[in-house]
Amino acid sequence: MPMYAFRLNGAPVSIDSWDPAQPLLYVLRGALGAHGTKYGCGLGQCGACTVLVQGRAVRSCTLPIARAAGQAITTIEGLGTPDRPDRLQAAFIAEQAAQCGYCTSGMIMAAAAFLSETPAPTADEVRQALAGNLCRCGTHTRILRAVIRASRA
Amino acid sequence: MPSLSRRDLLRAGGVLIVSFACGPLRPRHARAQGAPGKPLDPAQVDSFLAVHADGSVTVYSGKVDVGTGLRVAIAQLAGEELGVPAERIRVIDGDTALCPDQGSTGGSNGLTRGGAEVRQAAATARQALLSLAAARLGVPPAELAIADGIVRPARGGAGAAIGELVGDRRLALTVDPNAPLRAPSTYAVVGRSLPRPDVPAKSTGRHLYVHDFTLPDMLHARVIRPAAPGATLVSVDESSIGGISGVRIVRIEDFLAVVAKDEWAAVRAAGALRAVWRETRTLPGSEELDRWTRSAPIERDQAIVERGDAVAALAGAVRLVSASYFWPFQSHASLGPACAVADVRGGRATVWSSSQGTHAMRATLARVFGFAAADVRVVFMDGSGSYGTNGGDHAAADAVLLSKTLGQPVRVQWSRQDETGWDPKGPQQLLDVRAALDRSGNIAAWDTEMWVPNAAPGARPLLAADAAGLAQEQGTNAGAVTQNGDPPYRADNVRVLVHWVKETPLALSNLRAPGKIANTFAVESMADELAVLAGADAVQFRLARLDDPRAIEVIARAAGAFGWQSRPAPNRVAAAGGLRVGRGIAYVRYKQAENYVAMAMEVAVDPATGRMAVRRVSCAHDCGLVVNPDALRNQIEGCIVQTLSRALHEEVRFDRARVASVDWASYPVLRFPEAPEIDVVLIDRPGERMFGAGEAAAAPVAAALANAVFDATGVRLRTVPFTAERVRAALA
Ligand code: FES
Ligand code: FES
Repeated sequence: MPMYAFRLNGAPVSIDSWDPAQPLLYVLRGALGAHGTKYGCGLGQCGACTVLVQGRAVRSCTLPIARAAGQAITTIEGLGTPDRPDRLQAAFIAEQAAQCGYCTSGMIMAAAAFLSETPAPTADEVRQALAGNLCRCGTHTRILRAVIRASRA
Repeated sequence: MPSLSRRDLLRAGGVLIVSFACGPLRPRHARAQGAPGKPLDPAQVDSFLAVHADGSVTVYSGKVDVGTGLRVAIAQLAGEELGVPAERIRVIDGDTALCPDQGSTGGSNGLTRGGAEVRQAAATARQALLSLAAARLGVPPAELAIADGIVRPARGGAGAAIGELVGDRRLALTVDPNAPLRAPSTYAVVGRSLPRPDVPAKSTGRHLYVHDFTLPDMLHARVIRPAAPGATLVSVDESSIGGISGVRIVRIEDFLAVVAKDEWAAVRAAGALRAVWRETRTLPGSEELDRWTRSAPIERDQAIVERGDAVAALAGAVRLVSASYFWPFQSHASLGPACAVADVRGGRATVWSSSQGTHAMRATLARVFGFAAADVRVVFMDGSGSYGTNGGDHAAADAVLLSKTLGQPVRVQWSRQDETGWDPKGPQQLLDVRAALDRSGNIAAWDTEMWVPNAAPGARPLLAADAAGLAQEQGTNAGAVTQNGDPPYRADNVRVLVHWVKETPLALSNLRAPGKIANTFAVESMADELAVLAGADAVQFRLARLDDPRAIEVIARAAGAFGWQSRPAPNRVAAAGGLRVGRGIAYVRYKQAENYVAMAMEVAVDPATGRMAVRRVSCAHDCGLVVNPDALRNQIEGCIVQTLSRALHEEVRFDRARVASVDWASYPVLRFPEAPEIDVVLIDRPGERMFGAGEAAAAPVAAALANAVFDATGVRLRTVPFTAERVRAALA
């Protein structure tokens, strides 16, 4: 089986996959046990599976493992922990910006990529930046506040 | 395809880890352990709670937290009675082996029933703790108080920690319905915005959802469902997945699935497997569904409200308005498609599921799949928000059928297309409303006729069992869909007539605030029309026809927060930039018996495109006692945004055979740029009984929006969703 090497949250990993088209999402959640990244549609429509590839927000459900090879991948687990959350995670906790929380990982990863390019956004810029991330629970106003709070932290 | 034997692939799980240096993750099957002999009888205190030697407390709740904050609220209610900080209380919810059966979680009953029962058990335990401490300290119970988990004489002196008094022993007490509850004026824990314990883990990717749960030797399954409901399976071409190793096909009558040790292999195989289905063309199609509903065969008619003689009064009325309203089928459309894990071995079944009714599911699964109820355990795990009964119960049945067939643990993950296409739907609703004012502007008569799907007793049929040809009950039930069909205002003659439609084109279940959003949409649109007829301001018109001070206050507070200026609708002032701007209000007494909610919103409509933007929403909310204000606000905000999505975008489309709304492109929902500013005013009434708040604020949303659009444009929208095409057509 072909082997694919990349960095996951700073650590080197090598993964064997029988199918070069296997989306990164299944590798993360399966063999790598990093279940914080969520499956929502597998179609690139919802953003629940968002991770960072070289710092850019990418939908892991449509990223073939072959294209992840050689890249630095960051998942929600790589940002912080419940005891030591990073600034976005801390802002989501402070704003209680979750209901079911199924969209949360993807929201935070999309917001992380956005804030790295737009460090002091307006609320409308955040709205546009997260337009591709769905939240079915309707937690939008809190997520918006959390991203703004993080940008000021 | 690399040359690799199936055995190699199975051993490697399709993926070989060479090096992996992340911190250890929590074991993903940590919640499988039981507690033999733990009481479950809701009459017993021990069924609901255990006091541990370290002074912490475990509360067992039959009601489940589906992202609503129920766990923290239950901990607050229990902590208040026990005198224990909520942070020291762990809530285990929905495990049928550990938690008493408190009925399914729905209709916003999580706190009102579930929380109230836990609270009474805790109040009973409190009396026991006081007696135990009295014996230990030699002080009469009446002179003792519990705070911070320590029982102390009220006048000071040595105390006893509750952990020492009980120390993991059972209390062996019957719940005393008369055990005194703490006075609301002394509340220290209830009424505070304690943070939800699940949010840190959810924000850092550590929270364990049912989707993340695994077992050793577990197989991944995908169930293959036809594009058309009711289709039968003619043939399966096994060679079509010959290129994918390690996959097995399971076929039982019309039930078709693929399983593999490697999840991606199962996904690939499910996509590649060629199956021929025989479809039927028996659906009415969503295009003309309102007409179909009006002429569909009726099971029975039922007048559920009859005061005076509305029909006669309307016959003689001169100032009369009549209108029809239509609400389409809608999907729960959970963000995470349903998932469940089942382990059926040795005649026993354990199922991990995010069902809102684990006890009911246990009984149904036992009956359908031939287990003794005692041999089935359903363990609740968090899922994606469900807002009623989504695809989760069906996924659990899929998993049980497959695990029973294969003798191995099976995880079933539904696809997006499965969840949006096959979740049981919220029903279509058609309403005809007629109302009349007398000379002095009183509501002289009101008549609501509604067409809703008939409810048949019995459990809702499980897709897997139907496909596999297993006998089961064929109940249909979309929840209490007829409530709030009558106006909350003074009216002389009122009738609400329900036409129970015999058949439903699509399978149904309860979807958040069942029926009441559409009913309030019709009733509050009509109230607005009457205000226009009377030449009155919409807020003034409502206030003048209400007597209940809580109703009056909630409307006044919403109007005040919004900055409502009194004037009749529509808005005569043209707005800048070609946009038309208006405001609307709607009010509901939820179920005519519970929460008071009033909501004002401002909308800007672009007549050229038909697109609208909800700019801001002010909602005043009175649910009696508020347990956790911030968790409550979160629910109210969610109700508002989700129902705006339903009103603006959502309709399940189908033709004569197939459901066409199967993903986020064909079933669009609200996105971030449309999220309005929301201002929530909570009216806390600690002395009043608490009402559940997971749904009530959803009820007035569509009505307030339609009323705002009328104010902006002079046009009434009476069919949901208010899509741009529909609005443009209405304005043309
Ligand atoms: S799961 Fe990847 S975008 Fe939806
Ligand atoms: S919090 Fe449930 S989908 Fe966003």
